Amino acid sequence: MLHTFVALVEDKTGLLARVTSLFRRLNVNIISLTVGGTETAGVSRTTIVAEAAEDRAPRIMASLYKLEGVLDVDDVGRHSAVIRELAMLKIAADQSTRSDLFQLAEVFRARIVDLAPESLMMEITGSASKIEGLVQILLQGNYRILEMARTGRMAMRRGHHASQVLEALGDTTPRIDPKTLSGALKLEDENHA
Amino acid sequence: MDKQAKATDNRRSTPDTAIYSQPTPLTGAETVWATLVGEGVRDVFGYPGGAILPVYDALRKFPIRHILVRHEQGAAHMADGYARASGRVGVAMATSGPGATNLVTGIATAMLDSIPMVCITGQVSSKVLGTDAFQEVDITGITLPITKHNFLVRRTEDIAPALREAFRIAQSGRPGPVLVDITKDAQQNSAIFDFAAAAPQPYRPHPMLSADSTSIRETLELLRTAKRPVILAGQGILHSGAMEQVRALAERTQIPVACTLLGLTAFPASHPLNLGMMGMHGESWVNHAIQQADLLIACGMRFDDRVTGSLSTYAPNAKKIHIEIDPAEINKNVRVDVGLIGDLKEILETLLPRLPGRDGAAWLHAISAMKGDAAVHDIQQLPDNGHLYAAHVINDIWRETKGDAIVVTDVGQHQMWEAQYYKHDSPRSLITSGGLGTMGFALPAAIGAKVACPEKEVWVIAGDGGFQMTCPELATIVQEQLKINIAIVNNGYLGMVRQWQEKFYDKNYEGTPLLSPDFVKLADAHGIQGAHVRRRAEVVSAVETARRHPGTFLIDFHVEQEDSVYPMIAPGAALHEMIRRPKHNPLVETATEE
Repeated sequence: MLHTFVALVEDKTGLLARVTSLFRRLNVNIISLTVGGTETAGVSRTTIVAEAAEDRAPRIMASLYKLEGVLDVDDVGRHSAVIRELAMLKIAADQSTRSDLFQLAEVFRARIVDLAPESLMMEITGSASKIEGLVQILLQGNYRILEMARTGRMAMRRGHHASQVLEALGDTTPRIDPKTLSGALKLEDENHA
Repeated sequence: MDKQAKATDNRRSTPDTAIYSQPTPLTGAETVWATLVGEGVRDVFGYPGGAILPVYDALRKFPIRHILVRHEQGAAHMADGYARASGRVGVAMATSGPGATNLVTGIATAMLDSIPMVCITGQVSSKVLGTDAFQEVDITGITLPITKHNFLVRRTEDIAPALREAFRIAQSGRPGPVLVDITKDAQQNSAIFDFAAAAPQPYRPHPMLSADSTSIRETLELLRTAKRPVILAGQGILHSGAMEQVRALAERTQIPVACTLLGLTAFPASHPLNLGMMGMHGESWVNHAIQQADLLIACGMRFDDRVTGSLSTYAPNAKKIHIEIDPAEINKNVRVDVGLIGDLKEILETLLPRLPGRDGAAWLHAISAMKGDAAVHDIQQLPDNGHLYAAHVINDIWRETKGDAIVVTDVGQHQMWEAQYYKHDSPRSLITSGGLGTMGFALPAAIGAKVACPEKEVWVIAGDGGFQMTCPELATIVQEQLKINIAIVNNGYLGMVRQWQEKFYDKNYEGTPLLSPDFVKLADAHGIQGAHVRRRAEVVSAVETARRHPGTFLIDFHVEQEDSVYPMIAPGAALHEMIRRPKHNPLVETATEE
């Protein structure tokens, strides 16, 4: 199954290599990986989508935490979360096909961000399935996709579960969600209030 | 610094304590040594070269003994042996490029066995980093998966904080090796050395540690109701210093203890509750006890494949409690019912006052009955049939040393015979490469152990194959004037590989017959005395001679060539499906399956 982890890591040279090396070492394939800034200076947020058996998530999390510089790990795929991806598509289009594509973009709430005599560029943000839906429609409509770039997923839990950067930096209290652990690991609720 | 250490080393000066009380300008090279001294380091194993020369140049100003090795792999194994024997962090040093890459096998060995070690390597100047400069190699990249953490230090002011952090990481939680790569210009430039300000970030416990009241309650309930429980003792007991607590747990609940190879010295061999070693070459009643158990209490061990046999058939009726400091080990190989994740000693201290009373007599009696004629035969009583067996050699070394020596083994048949026939009663008295199984480990690791514990008698037990991988370190022994006793179990084969060829490859002995030099002459060339032993009657007197001899002594034991280690579990077989010792004579050279 696909797991979606969000890891907050110190923004240091080589740390991304440590994270990806870990997945390679655990023999887990990374489907997508995004890295970027957060609300805290010096802290990067990585969203890792990986293919692994369901019961391997706790070990992947535990191994991520063992890396120096990893501040917080969350298995967001198991929670109510907003998961988004951005894609840019360059599609072959001339005067005769342009307007159809404009309509299609409207239906998918995509934006046309570049227009050239023989092509146009579409930008779409949304869930992976929405992007795949657009791609499918384009292919079925015999449009030629000249180029496609996808960012891979970014994820954020809904509601009160805010980023724990500050807590992770300053607070050493164990804080784990019991639902992310297999049944064998029994954790008390007070540990992660 | 204690008196004993002072008396036995070649340190050149006393520490200048002023540099620790106030910030002082030092070169990066001086900072390296000043930080090491501040961290309590007294001995460093290393090999100089261009990119680390500034550091070597500054050594004379600091009270540290440098042991020059003959190959950097030796430096890593020595630091490893030093750490295993003493519990302190071992330190290895090498130059850039080939010096650094030669450390790799030793670092991986320490990683697989969770040994606290700091490796310091020189690196080309930061100005030429990334240009494929002479002797430049990306050692932090190379060692990324085999270190707990590593650092590339480009600036002088970062040296002390990185080194102090390295010591913290190496020792905290589950220990492991850390590498600090320092560019030459960082060594040459100067910066203010402030030891206190360079203190590492406080240890942040792994956020998934968990030994809460629910798990403790469940553990106690499982202990109360278990009819056939077994404690599995691993090396984590030594790391945590929980020997007394494990012993108290076993004694108060009358639960028998089975040991992993690295856990053999965590529980006294002579203790009546000690069953012995489990796993691929464990005794049959130990493995049967585990397979029949209804509860396993795993303490500081990781259910390695050499310990479990086939996972699908492992201890099928047992509930499993796993007490372990590394959350990534929980449910890795074996699904457990209760995971107590944290420091073993602390967790056992919580459990001990709450332990239920148990009557363990019936189960202990049942295990005794399983021993029957499967017990290790009292091989001393066997008549001398004219053959010399490795088991005899090791058993005699045990008797002569009264089990009091630190034994450092290599990897292979002799390693398993050592585990079976040398009875260890004191912690850290067996040093062996378990996880990586690194041949060539014994001789350098023994040097490290002897430097760490100069008052202890140290024995190397190595095969003729592994010994030849690192035997140039004999010269290190002589140069450092160390007294180590070396027993080579010489059977003219790469014995364990030959045994597998015998059992699983139709006796096709491809690549395993091994020509060796005359090891006694080799020792002699180094100025080391030695003796050949070919008959059983000569073993004891040779061991006595070695022990009496003031310097290092090498004994080449020419043992049976096609002897095999029993019991043995074939790869993929269940833990209880053992190939047993041949009944009619436990030490004949070829066995038949029962």
